Amino acid sequence: MDFDFTDEQKMLRDGLSRLIAQKYTFEDRQRTVTSKPGWRPDLWSEFAEMGLMMAPLPEEMGGLDGDAIDSMIIMEEFGKGLVIEPYLQSVVCAGSLIKNAGSEAQKSEYGEKIASGESIFAVGLYEAEGRFDPSYVATAAKKNGNDYVLNGQKAVVLGGPMATSFVISARTSGANPDENGISLFVVEKGQEGLTAQDYTTVDGLRASELFLEGVVVTEAAVLGAIGGGFAHIELMRDEAIAALCAEAVGLMSVANAQTIEYAKTRKQFGVPISTFQVLQHAMVNMLIALEEAKSMALLAAIECAGGDAKLRAKACAAAKVKIGQSARIVGQNAIQIHGGMGMTNELAISHYFKRLTMIDAQFGNVDYHLRRYADMD
Amino acid sequence: MKLTFTPEEIAFRDEIRAFIEENYPQNLKCVGDREDLTKEDYLSWHRILGAKGWSTPAWPVEYGGPGWNATQKYIFGEELARAETVPVLPFGVNMVAPVIYTFGTPEQKARFLPKIQKGEEWWCQGYSEPGAGSDLAGLSTKAVREGDYYIVNGQKTWTTLAQHADWGFFLVRTDSNCKPQEGISFLLIDMKTPGVEVRPIITMDGAHEVNEVWLTDVKVPVANRVFEENKGWTCAKFLLAHERTGIAQVARSKVGIGRLKKLANETIADGQPLTKDRDFSRKLSELEIDLRALEVTELRVLANEQKGKGPGAESSILKINGSVIQQRITELFLEAVGPYGAPNPRTYKAEGANYAIGPQGAPMAALNYFNVRKTSIYGGSNEIQRNIIAKLVLGL
Repeated sequence: MDFDFTDEQKMLRDGLSRLIAQKYTFEDRQRTVTSKPGWRPDLWSEFAEMGLMMAPLPEEMGGLDGDAIDSMIIMEEFGKGLVIEPYLQSVVCAGSLIKNAGSEAQKSEYGEKIASGESIFAVGLYEAEGRFDPSYVATAAKKNGNDYVLNGQKAVVLGGPMATSFVISARTSGANPDENGISLFVVEKGQEGLTAQDYTTVDGLRASELFLEGVVVTEAAVLGAIGGGFAHIELMRDEAIAALCAEAVGLMSVANAQTIEYAKTRKQFGVPISTFQVLQHAMVNMLIALEEAKSMALLAAIECAGGDAKLRAKACAAAKVKIGQSARIVGQNAIQIHGGMGMTNELAISHYFKRLTMIDAQFGNVDYHLRRYADMD
Repeated sequence: MKLTFTPEEIAFRDEIRAFIEENYPQNLKCVGDREDLTKEDYLSWHRILGAKGWSTPAWPVEYGGPGWNATQKYIFGEELARAETVPVLPFGVNMVAPVIYTFGTPEQKARFLPKIQKGEEWWCQGYSEPGAGSDLAGLSTKAVREGDYYIVNGQKTWTTLAQHADWGFFLVRTDSNCKPQEGISFLLIDMKTPGVEVRPIITMDGAHEVNEVWLTDVKVPVANRVFEENKGWTCAKFLLAHERTGIAQVARSKVGIGRLKKLANETIADGQPLTKDRDFSRKLSELEIDLRALEVTELRVLANEQKGKGPGAESSILKINGSVIQQRITELFLEAVGPYGAPNPRTYKAEGANYAIGPQGAPMAALNYFNVRKTSIYGGSNEIQRNIIAKLVLGL
């Protein structure tokens, strides 16, 4: 039994933690959220220089041969700092798809760009009608000579506005919701026929609705076997869930700490409100929720790194359920205990709450993964 | 024992329904989908009701009330909610007015009540302070008597829609050398008086609904004090009991559940409407059952009121369950829209987008969920309400 990080992992964590403390204060973050670009390219470069993008990627992609444990460490720190840059989309999601589906040439070409931070990838895998189901793919890819022509729409593509490239799922055969017949394509920003409606999300991220009308993709930009994309998407989803759970753990640990601090300093009836038993118990419930979430985030990362597909799927479904439940307990109590102050945009706590709330709908909510878990046996 | 309405009550209901149908402003239909209402939006409907004599259903006839019994008032509230009208704001009609007609001087009644009734003056509530929230009696805004005036200094907060207010009712400290509750007075302050400054507070949903009100050497005529000096706590407690009865929001929640069902019916999950999804429909049914339980509980409180028993500590039950149900409705709404809870309509609309992202009903789902976190905090937090029940109902 060993839950300890290696020395390299500790260095990574501490270095990132320092960088965020220095250059990513809550005020910095809020300025960025409301700025026109909605992200910090200068910090993105610093993340790359620190090796964050390389950390979880394999050597043939220009990475350091790390795994889901490294993503977990990074995402937990990002959660603590409410970081909005699209690391999950570019490095974890696109990185996973390219690592598992890409040819040697693609791994090298796309991998280098992701690992260096030069390119930002976003993934368009979900559609409005499909809700949480990535096997619902109405976007069609029709063969035309050596090319494919894509038509369709992709919903809530996080990181879309700052992305330079997209991985898009499209159906090459079969009918919804067949898992067979789904293929993966790399589409570049600015390609003819690709348009977007960009927007800010309620938790401060940026996203796009993507519209593909006759987008031509050459064979060189097909990721993996035609019709065989779903297995890669499933693996990617689990890796993304593990990373997202780590982000949630980071968010919850700060939300808990801020709430306890507030309760100790806020006085009513002549005493700190932390002396009221009803609030003490609420804060204890928040702690228990956090500890459970930590355990499940660890389990998800360990099983993603482990390589047994069944264990991985079960752990990630379970972790997503637990994270959704814990985030709700922590988020709602954090606001309640902060009282009116918790309702304001001015305090960081409401932003932790908002991000914690929105994580539930990413890659499938509590009900979706409960059912997925139940269907596994 | 019966829960049905009499033929007379049904005729009354139909009269109300027809009036709303004929007189509700077209431009204010479907306000549930609207993000921010203007002052004029609120007041135009208030004035229409005022002209009919229906803006103040709870007032005694002598001050301009319609003379309805508790059931009629209940039916009226139901019909307004059912038609999803702009609410008549409570600060004037349901909060300060009962204090004025119960404790005020004849001059105060004559000066203020008609304008409240007609919707000519907008009121805000100066209660909470940065240091006095749940512990309201700990307030420290000071009023010092100088001749025929009080000089008021201090800061109020969470003042709802004070940016539109003509007048505010304020709790101020007039004596510091006694028990906190015994040195408070109730003042009516003209918001245009020099020294009154309203500063916006933006809440986490991006709305400007609440404010800070700063008072610096504000001169308030002694004639604008309601009831005796240092007896303001009596008015405050009286008013809080009134605030709590309306706070259950049963009728509005019913409408909310109706909208939720409609949305869930139109949302496809796993190839079928979300209402056919057992997990989702179970949660929806639980919510509906809890709302029904709250509704009948409210009717029981109402029936008691009709017999002359004023709303007591049991109105705290209505506040607790009513607020939690409002929160659960928005939570389930957010769950129903799934990934489309994420886009923030305030941002893309501000940039001039003429489209909405996601299905109808989705754009405000997350912001509404964030906004109603307030319901378990305001009007006496749910923790405070439980303390009230423990003390006054259970005698603990």
